[in-house]
Amino acid sequence: MTSAVMDAHHSEAHHEPAKGIKRWLYATNHKDIGTMYLVLSLVMFLTGGVMALIIRSELFQPGLQFIAPNVFNQMTTMHALVMVFGAVMPAFVGLANWMIPLMIGAPDMALPRMNNWSFWILPFAFLMLVSTFFMPGGAPASGWTMYPPLVLQTGDAFPFLIFSVHLLGISSIMGAINIIVTIVNMRAPDMSLLKMPMFVWTWLITAYLLLAVMPVLAGAVTMLLTDQFFGTSFFLAAGGGDPVMYQHIFWFFGHPEVYILILPAFGVVSEIIPTFARKPLFGHDSMVYAASSIAFLSFIVWAHHMFTVGMPLTGQLFFMFSTMLIAVPTGVKIFNWVATMWRGAMTFETPMLFSLAILFLFTIGGFSGLMLAIVPADIQYHDSYFVVAHFHYVLVPGSVFAIMAAVYYWLPKWTGHMYNEKLGKVHFWLSTVFINVTFFPMHFLGLAGMPRRIPDYSTQFTDFNAIASVGAVGYGLSQLLFVYVVVQCVRGKGEKASSEVWDNPKGLEWTVPSPAPYHTFEVPPKISSSSTFS
Amino acid sequence: MRLPTRPQGEFSMLRKVYLSVLGLLGASRANADWALNMPRGVTRLSAETYDLHMQIFYWCCAIALVVFGVMIYSLIRHRKSVGAKPATFSHSMKAEVIWTTIPIIILLILAVPSARTVIELEDSRKPDMTVVITAYQWRWHYRYTGQDVEFYSSLARTSGDARRLDSGIDPFTVDNYLLDVDNPLVVPVGSKVRLLLTANDVVHSWWVPELAIKKDAIPGFMNETWFKAETVGTYRGQCAELCGMDHGYMPIVVNVVEPQAYAAWLASKQPAATQSAATN
Ligand SMILES: [Cu+2]
Repeated sequence: MTSAVMDAHHSEAHHEPAKGIKRWLYATNHKDIGTMYLVLSLVMFLTGGVMALIIRSELFQPGLQFIAPNVFNQMTTMHALVMVFGAVMPAFVGLANWMIPLMIGAPDMALPRMNNWSFWILPFAFLMLVSTFFMPGGAPASGWTMYPPLVLQTGDAFPFLIFSVHLLGISSIMGAINIIVTIVNMRAPDMSLLKMPMFVWTWLITAYLLLAVMPVLAGAVTMLLTDQFFGTSFFLAAGGGDPVMYQHIFWFFGHPEVYILILPAFGVVSEIIPTFARKPLFGHDSMVYAASSIAFLSFIVWAHHMFTVGMPLTGQLFFMFSTMLIAVPTGVKIFNWVATMWRGAMTFETPMLFSLAILFLFTIGGFSGLMLAIVPADIQYHDSYFVVAHFHYVLVPGSVFAIMAAVYYWLPKWTGHMYNEKLGKVHFWLSTVFINVTFFPMHFLGLAGMPRRIPDYSTQFTDFNAIASVGAVGYGLSQLLFVYVVVQCVRGKGEKASSEVWDNPKGLEWTVPSPAPYHTFEVPPKISSSSTFS
Repeated sequence: MRLPTRPQGEFSMLRKVYLSVLGLLGASRANADWALNMPRGVTRLSAETYDLHMQIFYWCCAIALVVFGVMIYSLIRHRKSVGAKPATFSHSMKAEVIWTTIPIIILLILAVPSARTVIELEDSRKPDMTVVITAYQWRWHYRYTGQDVEFYSSLARTSGDARRLDSGIDPFTVDNYLLDVDNPLVVPVGSKVRLLLTANDVVHSWWVPELAIKKDAIPGFMNETWFKAETVGTYRGQCAELCGMDHGYMPIVVNVVEPQAYAAWLASKQPAATQSAATN
């Protein structure tokens, strides 16, 4: 004990951030690392966005205008990998780094050096992944799902693809361990598990999902690697293997991964709605149980991505019923949010607007998800643009909107300044309008029979494709406004933010000054028994 | 309006933009349409699939009406600017039980007819004929079992020429652009056709929306599905599983014809098919 106190004294001089590049390279402070994650995520979001715009430009009209079919396939593959692993996941880890210690009253993450490592792996992993565009044979073009045998036809990029997936997995696993250890061990005294804020709760569940499934993905891609280079035949029928087994293993990772991408978003919404409805979150405990049920169910629904591969009847029925069941806890979450709004006193600042859009638009994605669970209908929807519409409705106005809502919500806490509310709202409305212009017509395209992942299409699909492309360009350009608003706020252009920032929000993060000092909660905060956490 | 063919020369971007603006304005154009929904199809099971699709869609609409209705009401009435004072309630066991139970009941209502259709789909017993489909990068091969008929089915030449990067050929001048083949699959109307699917290289997927059939063709494995078309006609589809560079260019055409026409076609195909198999 004494030595700890002594150490604290000795390190007094180090309490201020280091200067220059060392601050970031050697970062162990959760706020610095959180910032780096968020910046990386923004860069990857814009990179993946450029790829999306190349895709949409090619699909603006029938016929090939800009890129060859193999380049098109590289674009769809890399767009997905970059967005899933580069934009959405690091953004949520960044938010976790920044906010979890502040929300549970901890001085930092439990494992700061590992935290540094798990971040710094990522820029190199993505540099390697993106560099495959310049390799003989080009970037991976087999879809982000990397199905064999097709993925084995990848050129020189193949081992780099596998290695970068390994690196991303290592980073995620370390991030997950860090989050679990922090939440379990470093909560302020008196903060029992069920008193934890929902964002912390959903991240705890997400971290367990990551821990469970990232090794599965690593195993799957390692088997691809040995099939390619070391003469094994895990997935090659000619050697006694089974290409479908890869799909089972991949989706055993892939479906929980879907919830890894959305559960923290649920957490963000559960923080924001109570603040702007000025009313405590409705059914906190049932929200926890709902999130846990979703996480559990996510392990037993994977084959609903595979209804066309040929499965025994009982298998099809099992996966149909288990998938339909997910609608129940998801519905509970939606109903609880609506009940939180009910008889509140709402105001509509940008974070609230994004959260409300999530309630509407994520629900539309949920509806198409329920439709996709119905096996006979899924046989028609599967691998069509209907699926593209579905998962973009849950990922963009679900996860991405939640990330943006969170950034607007906590930006004043991070920077000490308010962002430009007017421009924030303009960004919100542009995003919401264009996202629907982009993705809603894709439902129609899929139902009319347009398969996904094609660079060119029959002429009857022209009109909706043209509309979707216009929407995509609009959405892409609107995000530049987001970058502008954030940069202006970081540069201190807005008015000074108070420590509460909003109108009497609940939670420990609002008890520290804005901007949050470099070190917070070096002494654990006292929590009155009447404290409610949203 | 059908646009004139342009055998050579660059198609100007301006013209493309103009065409799409035309499309946005809803001007009618050859081959272009605004299909919104899944086709009802030409088999009993495709109709059943369509009905299931519509049934669940209407349920979603009903749920949306209630949930979004409550939300919109709340957004209008419970805002600070109209003087709303926040209530303090934060849980209700009764509410949680209600909104857990009602979705479960709706799901049960949906599950029963869905399961029934799945069971029918899987029942491929007693087929009238069997076709073995082998997928290649990037074409289909059809073999009629018990007949000496087999042939490859590839993208039609007209589409093949127009689809090249900057081909200068306007896709709108090509009949069934990217949905036409040299040798279609021909089957008799009213017959239960069993399909056995496999692939030679990578995973493909055989999809014809009007038949409500989509089944993966997987190298080393034999998949099974079936259909019984009840209307004479030509039905088009595409490979649905990403299979490499030309994944977008392996369409499927199924000609459903009268039994006599089928018999005549089969007879005409027999020697020719042997020849083409020999040359392949
Ligand atoms: Cu194919």
